[in-house]
Amino acid sequence: MLLALLMRDVIVVRRELAFFLMRTAMQPLMFTVVFGYLLPRMGFVHREYTAALLPGVLAVSLALAAVQSVALPMVADFGFTREIEDRLLAPVPSWMVALAKVISGAVQAVVAASFVLPLARLIMGPIPGLSAAHIGLVFLVTLFGATAFSVIGLYLGSVIEGTQIGLLFGIVVAPMIMFGCAYYPWRGLDAVPLMKYVVLLNPLTYIAEGLRAVLVPAQPHMQLPVVLAALAFMTGLFWRLGLRSFMKRAIG
Amino acid sequence: MRAAVSMAIETRALRKVYAAPKLKKRRSGGPPPPGSLPSGPPRPSGSPVVALDGLDLAVPTGEFFGLLGPNGAGKTTTIGILTTRVLPTGGQALIGGEDVVSHAVAVRRRIGVVPQRPNADRGLSVVENLIFHAAYFGFSRALSRSRAEEILARMGLADRADARVEHLSGGQQQRLMIARALIHEPEILFLDEPTVGLDPQARLALWEILRALHTEGRTIIMTTHYMEEAEQLCDRVAIVDRGRLLACDAPAELRRKAPGGTLIEISLDGAAAPVAAAARAIGGVLEVEAHDNTLAVYHPGGGEAVAPLIGAVQAAGRQVTNIRLAPPSLETLFVSLTGRKLD
Repeated sequence: MLLALLMRDVIVVRRELAFFLMRTAMQPLMFTVVFGYLLPRMGFVHREYTAALLPGVLAVSLALAAVQSVALPMVADFGFTREIEDRLLAPVPSWMVALAKVISGAVQAVVAASFVLPLARLIMGPIPGLSAAHIGLVFLVTLFGATAFSVIGLYLGSVIEGTQIGLLFGIVVAPMIMFGCAYYPWRGLDAVPLMKYVVLLNPLTYIAEGLRAVLVPAQPHMQLPVVLAALAFMTGLFWRLGLRSFMKRAIG
Repeated sequence: MRAAVSMAIETRALRKVYAAPKLKKRRSGGPPPPGSLPSGPPRPSGSPVVALDGLDLAVPTGEFFGLLGPNGAGKTTTIGILTTRVLPTGGQALIGGEDVVSHAVAVRRRIGVVPQRPNADRGLSVVENLIFHAAYFGFSRALSRSRAEEILARMGLADRADARVEHLSGGQQQRLMIARALIHEPEILFLDEPTVGLDPQARLALWEILRALHTEGRTIIMTTHYMEEAEQLCDRVAIVDRGRLLACDAPAELRRKAPGGTLIEISLDGAAAPVAAAARAIGGVLEVEAHDNTLAVYHPGGGEAVAPLIGAVQAAGRQVTNIRLAPPSLETLFVSLTGRKLD
């Protein structure tokens, strides 16, 4: 029956695939055009910047796709008519409905990232030090990152009301993206020690650094085991928080 | 050891208390948005809401059981608890002998639920809503599809199978909800105010469907605040108000318990109690009840007593603001038990 819950999401997302990709890929790709193509051309940034940028752009698309795919439909699900009741009345434990959303969100995030990667590479041209040697590890980091942000989406989706979506993106998502080492490497923050430690609270930092570790290993990056451990911990933490809020909303 | 499970549904001292809602300061001082506060009589702000206060019900298999009461009576909360969507604060609820809290998954297999507001999955078409709901219950793809088509035909929605849910009328959406509730062949069907907002024709059509389902042997629980709906469809009716059970019996028996005679309900511009004595003195009056500003007078002759009553009211220095007449019915029973109208 978990499969049926997942199939439902597959069908609904497939219908709106174009919108979904536009919604999640637009911001990172626009950023890529400006910072990965225009600015190097104008001589404002080094060519080498693109090596730090590509993994970050991927990380942002992962995060945005995961959070949006899980949190936005949940706001409608728990809205006035409670569309989610259909699934809550299925003969499965209620946590399985939450799990289905997380799995579905993670898959959508991986799809979005797979869409963004070739496009970003196309926009930026050849990237110094880009390595395809560790494809398996790229996939692993992507999966860890997608899952982490899906459970964050579960938590956010079950604590906010429909009217607060704008707030969510303005106050939570935007700072998360700007202060998550997506558009600059973590090592670079040595110049600003306070920031260096603040960004460690942000899961996006670990995804971006992890992708740097496997895509452009010659560039400075965080150690992969540290990245995976941090992501696993944050996933566990937000799953517990998210599941608890989900159950509270689901069974009043 | 389970007692003979002839009781489809049982509740024992069922209790539900909602924590005090956090009342936000409002700049304009306007009304709270709909759905943000549990509905019901006004209470001191910040106090917890007792939606159910020790409810005991027992519904045997195959009965068409009605829960009749005004808004805020606790009907939706009761259905919510029985259908595993709300956690009780105290007491116990059993479906087919199984506890709704500890055996929620098993309970869900046996019940079908038609919610208060149609909430079909808007990402799917009409027939897909049914197919997926069947799939959630473990039916194979092929079987889900054939059952979906069968039920759509039965509900008169076969020609709307591929339509988007938003394009259905209110009556059609309700029938889709019933179709969805039935697709996994549940023994027990719950309906929460199924005909609210429907035009009279759609309402009668729905009644026919419900009668047919009852004839098939299903146990049906329906909440409503329409007296005639309870009287027309139900084997037994429980009258509830403010979380408590006031009366529970077959409609005919309940009508017999209603104070006899026509109810003449007079609303005054002040307290009704001082007028009660004078009202009792009028010839033929069977009974007089005074609740706040309302005088409820029972008289076999109905309209005959109106003129002398108005005279009595004015003699006591009050003015009449409204008069209503009603023959003996569940509504008059409700009014006599609570002093308030059903809606």
